[in-house]
Amino acid sequence: MIAEALLLQLGYNATLVTLGATLLGMAAGVGGTFLFLRKRALVSDAISHATLPGVALAFMVMVTLGGDGRNLVGLLSGAALSAVAGLLLVSWLSGRTRLAEDAAIGSVLSVFFGFGIVLLTVIQTMSSGRQAGLEGFLLGSTAGMLRSDALIIAVSAALTLALVVLMRRPLTLASFDPEYATSIGQNVPRTDLAMMGLVLAVTVVGLKLVGLILIVALLIIPPVTARFWTERTDRVVVISGAVGGVSAYVGAALSAAIPDLPTGPIIVLVGFALFALSLLAAPGRGVVSALVRHRAHQRRVHLRQGLLALAHGQPIYERMTLRLLQARGLALPDGVPTDRGRARAARALRDESRWQVIRSDPAFEAAAAQDDGLTDIETVLTADQLAEVDARLPKVGMPA
Amino acid sequence: MSGEEFVPLSLVPLLTGICVAVACALPGNFLVLRRQALIGDAISHVVLPGIVVAFLIGGSVGTLPMLLGAAGAAVLAVGAIEAVRRLGGIETGAAMGVVFTTMFAAGVLLLEQSDTSSVHLDVEHALYGNLESLIWLDATGWGSLLDPQALGALPVELPRMAATLVLVAAFIALFWRPLKISTFDEGFARTIGLRTGALGLALVIISAIAAVAAFDAVGSIIVIAMFICPSAAARLMTNRLEHQIAWSVGFATLSAILGYVLAGYGPLWIGLQDSVSAAGMIATVSGLILALAALGGPHRRRGSAAPVG
Repeated sequence: MIAEALLLQLGYNATLVTLGATLLGMAAGVGGTFLFLRKRALVSDAISHATLPGVALAFMVMVTLGGDGRNLVGLLSGAALSAVAGLLLVSWLSGRTRLAEDAAIGSVLSVFFGFGIVLLTVIQTMSSGRQAGLEGFLLGSTAGMLRSDALIIAVSAALTLALVVLMRRPLTLASFDPEYATSIGQNVPRTDLAMMGLVLAVTVVGLKLVGLILIVALLIIPPVTARFWTERTDRVVVISGAVGGVSAYVGAALSAAIPDLPTGPIIVLVGFALFALSLLAAPGRGVVSALVRHRAHQRRVHLRQGLLALAHGQPIYERMTLRLLQARGLALPDGVPTDRGRARAARALRDESRWQVIRSDPAFEAAAAQDDGLTDIETVLTADQLAEVDARLPKVGMPA
Repeated sequence: MSGEEFVPLSLVPLLTGICVAVACALPGNFLVLRRQALIGDAISHVVLPGIVVAFLIGGSVGTLPMLLGAAGAAVLAVGAIEAVRRLGGIETGAAMGVVFTTMFAAGVLLLEQSDTSSVHLDVEHALYGNLESLIWLDATGWGSLLDPQALGALPVELPRMAATLVLVAAFIALFWRPLKISTFDEGFARTIGLRTGALGLALVIISAIAAVAAFDAVGSIIVIAMFICPSAAARLMTNRLEHQIAWSVGFATLSAILGYVLAGYGPLWIGLQDSVSAAGMIATVSGLILALAALGGPHRRRGSAAPVG
């Protein structure tokens, strides 16, 4: 069943939903990247919560006009309008009053959502039964989705993704280096506006699928995940889009295959699994690789200190040092150096004396800056410089 | 309206609403000043999985396991946000977004997967709570306030919220000077030997306690609103912290009373029959108060004066 779902064999409707979710996930991943890089990730929280009163008002208007109120395009238009209002209020509050952006975001999201709930209770009383499905906007619902709804989601997700791809250049530039973007004549405020428009589009399209509370996750988790894998600006965008697409695809397929598995939460959890994996295993910025680097560094420090101790004929008490020396055949268990150990210790000592010469001579300032107690001096200096340094070494008769 | 009707039906929800509003607004003042306003948002989202897990382990909707579960989830979330921020080198906002959305999603999934239909535990309830249902059945009128037997049947949410309010107020009174100093000048606070990290954590924990206690009665959205709106509005009214706290308590109380009354009687005034969500209306009123303060508050602009103690 799960394999069938992943291979899109569960019928037209499920396939449409899965493809729509995938496109939406990709658009959210790419759009969210710019938001993340502009350090405004949580603005999306305010935008998404601000859609609720719009959905409810649109429903009420449509019912008043004689419709059944559940027209998806109508509901999403209402959502977009009230989200724009929320967005404008956030920027007005944080720009024109002395409230910080987080207070502006928090107040707008809670007040709009609270007002939306008031409207929902009004709807419950005004036409019992017909509001069925509105709750789906809170947490997403694919179960009660009509074929036309699925088609609308798939098409608008594709449009949004196309828009993101079209605008990626100015968006990337403005996100990573706004000063440079301005200097080459780009209108950064307008680009920011376009970015917000994109986030808005992703949010509104995603409402029916993952719900207004969890759409935020789709905008935030993929870019954070992508950031672990690369330092290159353009690649963050691509990886983030891929992470978003994969999370949404797998999540939507799982939810279609297994009963009682709501789409929104499962998509978010798949995304989080990818995030957790990246946090642990990514090369460079991952936790495991940082740990490995730390251990390697620790070993080198211990080994070096151990060799210097051997060269000075001092006893070694530190157990990790002794173990490292022993494992490399440089010392016996009681701390007595082997022949190889003696030779390596002498080399370490000579290296250390050479560093001392360098450190005391301002002429070698650039080279001395690379001294961290571990770097082999032969990788820093040329052969000629080494000869010059050696000529100044105190003659204590160390073997070369 | 007569006491026979008001005391059993409205007194308890009204008082509970006021206690929630003030208990959240008090720490909210510091959160807003420290630019941690969204901590309240994060906490109120992660309370859900905590409660669900507590329910799955305990098998019932007992008060204590729920509170413990919710508080545990809040502490876990704060720890996870910090871990993601440090280990991943990710800015706070994004780290918060990752953690609270994931935990909320896990809570919803657990809720859908487990059989909780027999008890009153669902996502809507978690979001908007049920202030209106706090009916004091044994009350017959104002006289019941002096009747020990009737008082014994008081809905448990009210004394619990009142106790939380006392705890929060005591914390702020006790740590008033260190809180004030570390909020306005963390560097100075550290040089005079204050443990600002521990103090910040204590503030977050106190906020979590307020949020968790309020959660069952009023849902999570009003909690976020009460953390931010009254204190943000108060911030636009004055430059002195003491006055700001007073304003925020006043705004919180006003939101609770006005919101509850409007939710219960507002629809009747315009010819509708049924009341609307009280929690939603309280959040809405607090937003209107903030809007008024933002439009006309004496200190609404940036730089109108440096914040002084």
